Amino acid sequence: MAASFDLNNDGVVVIIGSGAGGGTLGNELAQKGVDVVILEAGARHEYEDFVNDEWGSFAQLAWTDKRTTSGDWRVAKDFPNLPAWIVKSVGGSTTHWAGASLRFQEHEFKTLSTYGKLEGANLLDWPITLAEMEPYYAKAEAKMGVTGTNDWPRLPGNNNFKVLKAGADKLGYKECHTGNMAINSVDRDDRNSCQQTGFCFQGCKWGAKWSTLYTEIPKGEATGHLEVRPNAMAIKINHDASGKVTGVVYADKDGKLQEQKARIVAVAGNSIESPRLLLNSASGKFPDGLANSSGQVGKNYMRHTTGSVYAIFDRPVHMYRGTTMAGIIRDEARHDPSRGFVGGYEFETLSLGLPFMAAFLDPGAWGRSFTTALDHYDHMAGLWIVGEDMPRAENRITLHADEKDAHGMPIADVHFDDHPNDTAMRNHAYKQATALYDAVGATRTFPTPPYPSTHNLGTNRMSEKAEDGVVNKHGQAHDIKNLFVSDGSQFTTGAAENPTLTIVSLAIRQADYIAAQMSAKTI
Amino acid sequence: MVTIYDAKPGFSRRELLKRGGIGALLVISGSAVISPEHAWGLETSALKPETMATLIQMARDIYPHDQVPDKYYAIAVKGHDEQAGKDAAYKAMLEDGIADLDKKSGDGGYRGLGWEDQRVGVLKQIEATPFFQAIRGGLVVGLYNQKEVWPIFGYEGESYSKGGYIARGFDDIEWL
Repeated sequence: MAASFDLNNDGVVVIIGSGAGGGTLGNELAQKGVDVVILEAGARHEYEDFVNDEWGSFAQLAWTDKRTTSGDWRVAKDFPNLPAWIVKSVGGSTTHWAGASLRFQEHEFKTLSTYGKLEGANLLDWPITLAEMEPYYAKAEAKMGVTGTNDWPRLPGNNNFKVLKAGADKLGYKECHTGNMAINSVDRDDRNSCQQTGFCFQGCKWGAKWSTLYTEIPKGEATGHLEVRPNAMAIKINHDASGKVTGVVYADKDGKLQEQKARIVAVAGNSIESPRLLLNSASGKFPDGLANSSGQVGKNYMRHTTGSVYAIFDRPVHMYRGTTMAGIIRDEARHDPSRGFVGGYEFETLSLGLPFMAAFLDPGAWGRSFTTALDHYDHMAGLWIVGEDMPRAENRITLHADEKDAHGMPIADVHFDDHPNDTAMRNHAYKQATALYDAVGATRTFPTPPYPSTHNLGTNRMSEKAEDGVVNKHGQAHDIKNLFVSDGSQFTTGAAENPTLTIVSLAIRQADYIAAQMSAKTI
Repeated sequence: MVTIYDAKPGFSRRELLKRGGIGALLVISGSAVISPEHAWGLETSALKPETMATLIQMARDIYPHDQVPDKYYAIAVKGHDEQAGKDAAYKAMLEDGIADLDKKSGDGGYRGLGWEDQRVGVLKQIEATPFFQAIRGGLVVGLYNQKEVWPIFGYEGESYSKGGYIARGFDDIEWL
């Protein structure tokens, strides 16, 4: 039975956010007998509430609170108040994610040593290695039911995958399959297997795709040590004279400010909200925001080098049928500077329904060049490019100077400029993907610009030295030992892989560390 | 190509609807835009019906899909009439925008231009205006989020209630 903790209970761990990082950390701690309150800004929608309707689901789940944008990325022009396509709901963006669960490559934890210094990039090695992460990756894969691990079969390939695979074969790519997906390929964990419904992004109505909403959270609640408090928007983290954090001020469902006392606070609001909260918690003692003696809070915002390529064929494809992202080519994920850029990228199948295709294929475009593409919607195949982008100090989240939200908290501004390495990588990927579809007989291809960011990373980065980043190798703030960061904002660099598996692995590892430190009474 | 015949006074809407075979696609009668051939009409409350007829043509010229009937373009733009009823400044922007479009199109107005290319040429002159962007932006959801048009594009929409595609062709591609 779910717990209910008093606002004045200062023995609890307060976690802000219930997604991949926060939801996992909450359950892991609850399983160890630690009392946890998760403050979630959004409402609780169970999976039977999800809708197979792109705009309807967007209205139900997406984080649509106003943000502003700047920089040379096209999102700032096309979607100036929607820099990111992420979720405000219990389960966070694990309701919306596609399920791709890939381990990082060894060199991706050591980018500065591997790539060397790059002008305009703020590269840094992670304070942890792949070898240290491997046991946690294994735990995460087992928890999430990742296909292609633990003897779970991979998902069957849908039409979109079959086109991708045919092209991959023609181009000589070797590593192409239906991916490592946190989507049940067989019934397990009291959840259904994938029914190839095709609305992965709208929340899986079968519960086949792993989401903290119906895995970690109810499991944690069943221990009696976890309370998830929805419609609770964190505004500020308080601290005492010694600098230790003491509680979190949040706006409740009626907009009334409350303070939940805490022994430990873990921030897991995704890479825009987490630094926003730390910056908004500035005080006399910490004038630049909490955990910000390095000045790195909000900086090094990464979003992966992305883009899509859609192609039209003279015969039908029906790409939207079946698992959206169960298809991958990994050959370009290697680090091979002879291609003209450092780092690598993945190709993953992707499909949008007609309403979102109209909105995202070429935002702002009109006339026949655009509409004839949509006329052949059912003859389309598509893929997504996801590659490592360069951290840059100028790419950052800041508090808006004037504009405030409904609770009086300054809204976030998201600034992003592509690094030349990002642009070179994207252009390489566009060329390869176009060649891939041409090889299968595409009559027309569309190099499609990046969507509002789904992978938001790096704005409270992990570092060996306190002056280089915000948190240490356990996600613990360098400056404040009972303050943690538990989401993708702690990523030192972004790697080429979808981030969720690494976020979950880090949360499992962090739970071990927090519980050990609590037992030792060091925090 | 949409041809507009302005109705003579006293010509009832019922009569118009009955006269299906006259070849007129869109007819303006009183406060409505009517498609006799397809038995639908769109009543305007705030905007002039001529403005609405031009908006429908403009909508088709912005996102031309020859296999999509006018009805769906009319539905896609009718929200502007509602908005205009609530917001005088918005109404003025639309009426002024259409008047400007007609002026730039010469004697016969925008709807008098025979070829899509001619009309697109006029639209290109105004594509940076808030008026054009309001119409175009509204269409992205207004047109493409109508469930009734999805089958025309071969998009099947909701699938959960049908058990997904696991037994309905998720992997039925045959030509590879």
